[in-house]
Amino acid sequence: MGIFRWLTPLCLNALCLKALYLKPLGLVLLLVLSLPAHSQTEADPGQALLTNLADASSREIDAAIEAIVDSGDPRARDWLDAFGNNRLSRIKDTGQVVEVLRNVGRNWTIADPLTGENLGEMSRRELDRVNINNAIRGKLEGVLAMLDLYSDDPEVQEKAAEAMMGKVNASVVKPLTKLLERDLPGPVRNRIEESVAIYQLEQGDAEAQAQAITVLTGSLHSNARAALNNAAVGDDPALAARAQEALVSIEQKLKMNRAAETLYFGLSLGSVLVLAAIGLAITFGVMGVINMAHGELIMLGAYTTWGMQQLLPGQPGLALILSIPAGFLVAALAGIAIERSVIQHLKGRPLETLLATFGVSLILQQLVRTVISPLNRSVTTPEWMSGSLVINGALSLTLNRMYVIGFALVVFAGLMLIMRKTRLGLEVRAVTQNRAMARSMGIRATRVDILTFGLGSGVAGLAGVALSQITNVGPNLGQNYIIDSFMVVVFGGVGNLWGTLLAGLSLGTINQILEPWAGSVLAKIMVLVLIILFIQKRPKGLFPQKGRAAEG
Amino acid sequence: MPTSQTWLLRPLQERSTQIFLGVLFAAVALVTLLHLIMPEGHALHVSAYTVTLLGKYLCYALLAVAVDLVWGYLGILSLGHGAFFAIGGYAMGMYLMRQIGDRGVYGDPVLPDFMVFLNWDSLPWYWQGFDMAWFAFIMVLLAPGLLALVFGFLAFRSRVTGVYLSIITQALTFALMLAFFRNEMGFGGNNGLTDFRDILGFNLRTDSTRLGLFIATGIALAIGYVICRGIVTSKLGRVSVACRDAEARTRFLGYRVERVQLFVFVVSAMLAGVAGALYVPQVGIINPSEFSPLFSIEVVVWVALGGRATLYGAVIGAILVNYAKTVFTGVMPDAWLFALGGLFVLVTVFLPKGIAGLLQKRQKPDEDSNADPSKPKPQEATA
Repeated sequence: MGIFRWLTPLCLNALCLKALYLKPLGLVLLLVLSLPAHSQTEADPGQALLTNLADASSREIDAAIEAIVDSGDPRARDWLDAFGNNRLSRIKDTGQVVEVLRNVGRNWTIADPLTGENLGEMSRRELDRVNINNAIRGKLEGVLAMLDLYSDDPEVQEKAAEAMMGKVNASVVKPLTKLLERDLPGPVRNRIEESVAIYQLEQGDAEAQAQAITVLTGSLHSNARAALNNAAVGDDPALAARAQEALVSIEQKLKMNRAAETLYFGLSLGSVLVLAAIGLAITFGVMGVINMAHGELIMLGAYTTWGMQQLLPGQPGLALILSIPAGFLVAALAGIAIERSVIQHLKGRPLETLLATFGVSLILQQLVRTVISPLNRSVTTPEWMSGSLVINGALSLTLNRMYVIGFALVVFAGLMLIMRKTRLGLEVRAVTQNRAMARSMGIRATRVDILTFGLGSGVAGLAGVALSQITNVGPNLGQNYIIDSFMVVVFGGVGNLWGTLLAGLSLGTINQILEPWAGSVLAKIMVLVLIILFIQKRPKGLFPQKGRAAEG
Repeated sequence: MPTSQTWLLRPLQERSTQIFLGVLFAAVALVTLLHLIMPEGHALHVSAYTVTLLGKYLCYALLAVAVDLVWGYLGILSLGHGAFFAIGGYAMGMYLMRQIGDRGVYGDPVLPDFMVFLNWDSLPWYWQGFDMAWFAFIMVLLAPGLLALVFGFLAFRSRVTGVYLSIITQALTFALMLAFFRNEMGFGGNNGLTDFRDILGFNLRTDSTRLGLFIATGIALAIGYVICRGIVTSKLGRVSVACRDAEARTRFLGYRVERVQLFVFVVSAMLAGVAGALYVPQVGIINPSEFSPLFSIEVVVWVALGGRATLYGAVIGAILVNYAKTVFTGVMPDAWLFALGGLFVLVTVFLPKGIAGLLQKRQKPDEDSNADPSKPKPQEATA
């Protein structure tokens, strides 16, 4: 650990220089005399180091800190940390250095910093705090960060490197440069290089400055940009021009990142729309049934997730996975019940179906309000779904939205398979195209109706399970999505699952692109107007059905 | 287009219109008399509160007639008529706001309170002129009519009909609701327009003004009814019924279907606007919740309950449902949505012709061939 020799210049500080002249020599002598006495009673070298630290005058304190660091003692970090936090004290009687664990009230809890053993309580009058001033504390931070940089744990290393940004001073530049010669994980190396570059940009010579700009051009860290901004308005015109150039290039990169983020949010919103609309695409698009209660089926799926988590407390992950089939079943059964009790009596009267199912949606909403609660329920997000994936300093993607995007695609693929590859799908398409003919070929149309409606409703339940992870679960959950879902289906072209997918994703993205400069409400209005205008051009949506099925 | 002489007068010779107008005028006169003559506290006295409540029902009835005109006789299920109603209401509200003058909380002679509150220093251009009653009353007709004209032109030109049109009208009112919730729109945002003082110089808070508004609403409903009846009994009305039942066939016969649709749609929107304009001074407030899709779809259920394509059915339905709503929300507010939801289902499944259908069954077999919209549309292009 010879590297810590470079920490010596810590003392090059106005305050220390002042102390140099003021401090009486006598104290130093006293210190030298008292040292051997302690080292005799205690074999642990740490004892000597700590006593040294406690006794040091302002002038010697750097040396004392350096000694501790240089010792390579694994406890060094804790000691210096305690020192920096005012938690090192001396017992007045014995002179022993102790760590204060709790400094509230009259009696303080203390521990032995060497063994970590709890020494019980002691009156604070018998303790003498080891003093530290702010200048030293500032240095200490740098020293601690250096210690962490040498840690074996890459996470600690990364955190330390992050903390180093913009805090590099003359004293740590050299050890940092030396550190760079070692084999370091990528992000740590980048951060350190950037921190050094920031310092060089401010203090270094022309060559170092030029190099620093090259390094900082690749950085997205706000401190790097701040340093470049300073340089851009600095005195040196050549440097300022280069810094400006670098800033422009960074701005470009940030713009790209922002665009990527918008796209991500757009896709995420879009996948939610797809999930909400794809069940509708089956019941409305394939069967031609307007189900205004579709939103409430989504709500039922979300409440199933909530109920499942109530049944399995403490296991949100398992509950969520079980909710997927459960949500599908609950919504599918509810959907079939609606089909049997209401919709089948209104065949061929789409406007009446719309009204009746709207009534059903009112009843379901009020039912949830009465039975469960009019207030929102919170659904826990399991650990493996929370957090985010950090791409770089300016871009991080939340995991739960990522899962929802994936889930939407899986559900879409599953539905596609059912409609294209199974007998049910074949029968559904047959009944859709020509009911009478299909029946005369031996297809039981009523059974197909029930199954199709159950399938579409079940998918709504799945959407509810997914939605419970990203928004509040409340009685109005479904209502908020029903108009959007219809828009997606109409935009995509009725009866076309691919159209629904594309329409959902693009509407979500358009919404997110418009939002920053129009506000969320205006963005929504603009999207609605956009759809109304789009239908002018293509009344049957993006992908109209072709052939005989399109008529009627 | 029918000539004005015949088409407006013809309904007055009809038996059904005469009965309707007779009942309406008798009811309005009875309420007025009971309110004026009977001493307060008497069992038969109609309080000013009740008069205003009945006036509100009559506004709803006029709105329902407007919806019935497009749904019953044109086959267009508009789920956005609440938007026209609310826009008419806002036009009236803007006039009433300007009438407050410097009597507002902030005492600004020109700016309404909410604009002072938002630190606006001048009136937005679209608020100009609303201090004049005649301008405001024209806007009550013009604003919803213009919206309906633009929207209808776009929709009918590209032959958006049926369920698609319903959903788009719903999206329209939803979008307007979101827009009117914004403070920047200059319509008072969330709170809407309220705290009105007087209309045409009459204090809105006196009983006599309330009674006057009630009577005015009754007259408006009568005129609206006669206009609608005039339209549906004219040749234009016959063509519009033809559009409802067989749009493609009507087009093949050489009629410009989209023009008929547009005309009827705009007239209906204007009637809805008038209903809204009469509604606002009576309830004393207009806010964006009138734009909510739920309200618009509720109107459709009034019509469905009363009986589609009868006009008088719409009036019966509107008054019945709203009376039930007043009673329900007073006694057990939670149950109202159950009742309303149940009504939607029951009416569509078991009572496709509504109350009017029940009445007609008692009479001799249907003389008016228009009145059977519930029959499934003939499938012209069934494959």
